[in-house]
Amino acid sequence: MKTKISNNQFNLKMKKMKNLKITTLALGALLAFSSCSKDDTPPVNEEELITTVTAVFTPQGGGTNITLIYKDLDGEGPTAATTTVSGNFMQNKTYIGAVTFKNEAVNPIEDITPEILTEGDEHQIFYQKTGTLNTFTYGMASSNFDVNGKPIGLQSVFTTTGAASGTLKITLRHLPNKSGANVAAGDITNAFGNTDVEGTFNLTVQ
Amino acid sequence: MLKNHLVFSLLVLFCTNVFSQNTIIGKTLAQGEAPLTSAHVHIGKKTVSTDLDGNFIFKNVPSGNTTIHISYVGYQSIDTILTVKNDLKLVFYLKLNNATLNEVLIKQKSSALNKSVFEQKIKMETIEKYSNQTLGDALKEVAGVSSLKSGSIVVKPVINGLYGSRVSVISYNVRLEDQEWGTDHAPNFDINAAGKITVIKGASSLQYSGNAIGGIVIIEPISVKNDSLFGKTILNFDSNGNGGSVSSSIHKNKKRGLSWNALSTLKYIGDKEAPNYVLSNTGNREAAFSGDIKFTGENYDMTSFYSYYKSVIGILSASHTGNVNDLYNSINNQVPSVINDFTYNIKNPKQDVQHHVAKLNFNYHFNEVTSIAFQYSFQLNKRLEFDVRRANYSNIAALDLELKTHCINIDYKRNLHDWSINSGLAALIQNNFANPATGIRPLIPNFDKTDFGIYGIINRDFSDSFSVDAGLRYDFSKTQATKYYIKSRWDERGYTNEFSDFIVGDFGGQWLTKPHFVFNNFSGSIGFRKEFENELNCYVNISTAARNPNPSEFFSDGLHHSTGVIELGDLGLDKEQATKSGITIQKKWNLFSLEINPYINRIQNYIFLKPVGFETTIRGAFPVWEYQQTNARLSGIDIQTLWNITNQWEHLFSFAYVNGKDITANQPLIDMPPLSINNKIKFSKKEWKKLVLELKSEMVFRQNRFPNNNFTTNIIENNEFIAVEVDVSTPPPAYHLLNLYSEIKFKTFKKGITTLAFSVQNILNTKYRDYLNRQRFFADEIGRTYQIQLKINY
Repeated sequence: MKTKISNNQFNLKMKKMKNLKITTLALGALLAFSSCSKDDTPPVNEEELITTVTAVFTPQGGGTNITLIYKDLDGEGPTAATTTVSGNFMQNKTYIGAVTFKNEAVNPIEDITPEILTEGDEHQIFYQKTGTLNTFTYGMASSNFDVNGKPIGLQSVFTTTGAASGTLKITLRHLPNKSGANVAAGDITNAFGNTDVEGTFNLTVQ
Repeated sequence: MLKNHLVFSLLVLFCTNVFSQNTIIGKTLAQGEAPLTSAHVHIGKKTVSTDLDGNFIFKNVPSGNTTIHISYVGYQSIDTILTVKNDLKLVFYLKLNNATLNEVLIKQKSSALNKSVFEQKIKMETIEKYSNQTLGDALKEVAGVSSLKSGSIVVKPVINGLYGSRVSVISYNVRLEDQEWGTDHAPNFDINAAGKITVIKGASSLQYSGNAIGGIVIIEPISVKNDSLFGKTILNFDSNGNGGSVSSSIHKNKKRGLSWNALSTLKYIGDKEAPNYVLSNTGNREAAFSGDIKFTGENYDMTSFYSYYKSVIGILSASHTGNVNDLYNSINNQVPSVINDFTYNIKNPKQDVQHHVAKLNFNYHFNEVTSIAFQYSFQLNKRLEFDVRRANYSNIAALDLELKTHCINIDYKRNLHDWSINSGLAALIQNNFANPATGIRPLIPNFDKTDFGIYGIINRDFSDSFSVDAGLRYDFSKTQATKYYIKSRWDERGYTNEFSDFIVGDFGGQWLTKPHFVFNNFSGSIGFRKEFENELNCYVNISTAARNPNPSEFFSDGLHHSTGVIELGDLGLDKEQATKSGITIQKKWNLFSLEINPYINRIQNYIFLKPVGFETTIRGAFPVWEYQQTNARLSGIDIQTLWNITNQWEHLFSFAYVNGKDITANQPLIDMPPLSINNKIKFSKKEWKKLVLELKSEMVFRQNRFPNNNFTTNIIENNEFIAVEVDVSTPPPAYHLLNLYSEIKFKTFKKGITTLAFSVQNILNTKYRDYLNRQRFFADEIGRTYQIQLKINY
């Protein structure tokens, strides 16, 4: 099993040995560079964080805008998010909703919405409702669709009829399966991907 | 405890059964009739040393053929077969040999410092079968060793139910410092660089580490006979993953002068496949190089060693989830949410790790029984973890850690014929740097650690068959960390009063803190080994050791993406103290041998993750798990048997069971390996090109003992909120796998041997999930794999 080898092969091995010497040198250099410790580093700048979701619903034909804000300034910290709803929706109105995402933990405040629009094919916003509220649908403006013609969902349409109440859950999914069954229609069931933002609001129509 | 006593009494009864047989009396003389004192004489499994007049005696030698081996430093060894019918009286003359100094000294390098602990070894032929896999896979050959996996490439060894920082990997006499605290961090080691692997269960191996309360894995280099030069190349191809590896090594050994070794390995593997689908983004790459140069002088040797390991591992796309709703969907869906066509490409999430080891050794032999070894080692571990991120962040690692470790070891050994002493010290300086450029708050902060340890182990052979050993170790450890805490987290953790002196700066919403910890630990081990006449050995050992909390247990304060859980560390954690009692009974009959190893490991202040509630963030709700301490007990039994049915047929059996219990809360411990039973039938026929055929059955039972950590979450279905249970606790069902291995050998070159092996893993393409795989929520394990291996020795 163990045997002497031919001259040819031996030269090959000698070459390997030379490499070894080089690595030994490299190793020495490595040691020399490794002994200094680094000074205190600044706190991590969490640029990617989303702290605030704002949905502004503008009634067509005049009326008061309704603004929904979901804010969590400490990110993964223990402080719970806060929810504000500026008022009640009016009956028999069509509201055009526009969602924006911000990072308010950095100075200056960063608007992340354009980034989501640019990467529209990797994102989708879903609107789920409970109670007697009517369904939220996607706005049909071309800016609400990605390069493949699939909805992004930054714009929504909410048409009210009679008095109603319930909750609205706005979810931003990263890398959803946009071809999943009913996903293009706004159904989150088969979307998968992972949730970047999830905010729930109590709404009333009166 | 009562049970323990009973086992022990039975054992003593069992062991005192003695046969009386033949006696061999002998004398060893040098040429010129000078008696050789303290020469080593082996008959069968027994060893004695000659007295001042060169005399030795063996009692109770069974009738029949037996081998006798006599060695003495500086003399040529005698190795011959004796036919024993009745009592014998023999005289042996040993011839002088100038160059055999190393022959005996090599034996002293054995890892067996504590003879009261039974060590399990994996030989090179077995290791070579795993050439295309990982260290963690190969270690499963030992009963009682299982693995904690994240997918199929990230495999961490679990020894008798313990893993992570409770298990140390000693590679080439260097303890690997490779961020081993992480459950999804595999040992950064190329399996092809292992010549022999030894597993020591429990904390008895005081030479290496006080911290390893679970056990240690000792990897020794490929050893080559004196004055030889040989090379080896292993080529692998795996059908599953459509890739393979090539590993080549060259070894040159000289008794005196320059010896050297060089080894390199490359692996390239694409997406793995489960029986029903592609496991997207599970490819991996590996590149490794190691080499050393050793100079051996008359009574010293010097070695310089360097190794480099790099691995890029794709993490299953479907395992990247967001909040609890996402996790609920993944668990309930049973099929991964992302299934793409097979590809070699690796996307995010992925791990990219590099590990460098450089070391210098100097061994000096005062004489043939006393030696001292100095070692300086440096390790650099660079761990990058890439996550699925928005926009331009994808190319920036989400976790970027650089761990540097300098270590000095001095070990002194003195082996006399009936006693031996080993003692030494180790000093370590370590620095961890968490790069803030990730844009994500680091899981592990920057820290500086200083360790100092000192140990002594004494072994006394009271007779040929009875030896006692005892050891003591002291460890000092000081850690100074630098970490930013979000103020709301600092308050929530209740650190305001207790740890306010750690705060050194105010950065708006965050505190800059410098937590520091000092630990003084004692470890000890005591035990004996009794060898009985009829090939029955008993090993009894009790050891105690402490483990300090690791960085993740102290400092974690955020979301763990692969589990969708917010994990919180605790600065107030104390060290774990483990006490393990174990017995190994080894019995050999003519054709059958058995090893049976029951044990109990009591761990005070056992650190574990406990679910404590929920936190709602902008990404939705997340369960919160917190590191807490409890008193735990792990008891179990490992059994291995070997039956040489005929010359050609062999049967191997192994059984491992561990019962982990949180004694304080009176509930099972999480992540305990379930009962496993392996059976292997081996057929070999030398005449047919040394044909070997092996069929192995692996039976893994369902873990029925687990804590219930399930929680409920609200999802919207049919326009209503409904509460659903997220089942993160229930272990998957039992499974049974069949594996085939076959090989034949050819003569090639002049004296070289080439081995061609073909194997099939998971022959039946069984669909299964494993309790100890962190990705069991997302996908099945890999399906059938055909492997071809070509091994060329030259």
